[in-house]
Amino acid sequence: MTVPIRGIGVGTGSAAGPVARMAPPAPLPAPRAVADPTAESAAVRAALGAVVTDLEQRAARASGTGAEVLAAQAMMAADPVLAERAAELAEQGADGAHALSTAFDGFRAALTAAGGYFAERAPDLDDLRDRAVARLLGLPVPGLPDPGHPYVLVADDLAPADTALLDPERVLALVTVRGGPTSHTAILAKALGVPAVVGCTDAMALADGRLVLVHGADGVVEPDPSPEAVERAAARERRHRERLAGFRGPGRTADGHPVALLVNLGAPHELAGAAAVDAEGVGLFRTEFLFLDRAEAPGRAEQAAAYRQVFAAFAGRRVVVRTLDAGADKPLPFATSADEENPALGVRGLRTAARDPHLLETQLAAIAEAARDSTAQVWVMAPMVSIPREAAEFADRVRAHGLPTAGAMIEVPAAALRADRLAESCDFFSVGTNDLAQYAFAADRTLGALAELLDPWQPALLELVATAAASAAEHGRPIGVCGEAAADPALALVLVGLGITSLSAAPAALPELRAALATHTLARCRELAELALLADDADTARGRVLSGMSGR
Amino acid sequence: MHSTQVTVGSSSGLHARPASLFVQAAAARQPVKVTVGRPGQAPVDARSLLSVLALAARSGEVLELTASGDGAEDALQALAQLLASDLDAAA
Repeated sequence: MTVPIRGIGVGTGSAAGPVARMAPPAPLPAPRAVADPTAESAAVRAALGAVVTDLEQRAARASGTGAEVLAAQAMMAADPVLAERAAELAEQGADGAHALSTAFDGFRAALTAAGGYFAERAPDLDDLRDRAVARLLGLPVPGLPDPGHPYVLVADDLAPADTALLDPERVLALVTVRGGPTSHTAILAKALGVPAVVGCTDAMALADGRLVLVHGADGVVEPDPSPEAVERAAARERRHRERLAGFRGPGRTADGHPVALLVNLGAPHELAGAAAVDAEGVGLFRTEFLFLDRAEAPGRAEQAAAYRQVFAAFAGRRVVVRTLDAGADKPLPFATSADEENPALGVRGLRTAARDPHLLETQLAAIAEAARDSTAQVWVMAPMVSIPREAAEFADRVRAHGLPTAGAMIEVPAAALRADRLAESCDFFSVGTNDLAQYAFAADRTLGALAELLDPWQPALLELVATAAASAAEHGRPIGVCGEAAADPALALVLVGLGITSLSAAPAALPELRAALATHTLARCRELAELALLADDADTARGRVLSGMSGR
Repeated sequence: MHSTQVTVGSSSGLHARPASLFVQAAAARQPVKVTVGRPGQAPVDARSLLSVLALAARSGEVLELTASGDGAEDALQALAQLLASDLDAAA
């Protein structure tokens, strides 16, 4: 089969490389009679040993959180009691796959019974069991492939857990069977700055090692491309990168209207890379990483040390800190309640501060302490603000800590509609398009089936942004977008046309955004915004704006 | 054989990082054989991360450590001290 296969394209680039598939876990085979229990027992130990070696090697090549996760998994796989138990079961006549499975499941049951943090390790054990069983049976090891050279990752779909461990140096392109234009894979591809084809039904038919050419712009995967085709794509890619490299410095439209270009930052290991990017600062510093996976909130000193690092890396530049956004998909034992039926609509974000004011106070004190020693311009904003009183109370508390610039996220439709009132106490706004879409369309943002409603091109979403931006302009307040929408160059032009004054996105997205701005005037952005607002649905809005862009 | 009782000092209990630090320290003391468990219950091998995690020991719980072999007393003291400290706080 050398016929190109098709899906939904993400990104504008093309990339060629050998396929490496992410194998699904092999089902446990039917029990088998064992002729040589001693050999079977040795095979069980060898399989575990191979898993340990594999994980240790990957840990050595990874960095930051990824390396820690892998090292911890290697340590579990190297457990002497686990190996002893599995080997013993094999000695007693169980086949290797069942011996491994039974040994792992014993520990799994104990952890699950313990509940809480301990139960959260159960999926790790499942993963290790699947790896060990695959090794024993000589099947491809499930999970992320690691062929030892750059590759095109082909998978059924990617989960956040997989992508945390992806090595951006080695992944040339992503191809997935499932997923739509706003799926996790698509978001990841944009963050990595690699092309992707999602919703590509025939992708798993591509064998490991087969050379493919992936075109992000038109959603085509070309198997066995000719050397000329690979060279053509590479040359196009080089020209594109050279063109992008020609645009530098602060973001501005073709007629010089400034639009600040900022990066999103969410974990310490991203800091060095983010600080090195040509950006005017951090548009969204998510602070959750300090609070996740803990029984109690971190103290003021620990928080201040973490903030100080970020402010030092961005000395002289703007850093917009979002205070703790707990709740919904980020539950924390000390901040959120476990018994809400609708956590996305529950006590989350700034709302948790009403229940436990101490948590927010400690965080603000830590931010203020770190900001005092720094030349970074520290702005502080609250997530999940709904009414003017919440914004005013938050702004008062921020200023009471000596932090001069306080703002609110616009992610609840009520806040967008009444941004003129919020502007009386807020110095700035930041629109979180993902949550704003979820709440405007009554569509759970974690449900793939509702992807159409959650499309950031939805005209109703854009109208809420326009309303908030108009109120912000009236009061002379900056208003940024830090959601997924800001990473799409065409949509970014629309947002600027609606009155958005800064865009914050993954570092890899900034060159495209800068180039798009530099080649369109503000008047043109306003025309494109008008085209989008007049459409009836997201696809039409996107289509009209894209043809409007190429029409000139 | 030597034994001692110690209160778990880590704020999140003997979980994730605290558990692996403890297990690594116990393994480093080989050939001293170290076990850990709740007083009066069957102890587990302290070199086994999965067994230690499966104890699901919470912060403030009392655990019993035993050690046997050459250097057992030394190992016991060091490991008890480690277990009593807040390993979550140590960066």
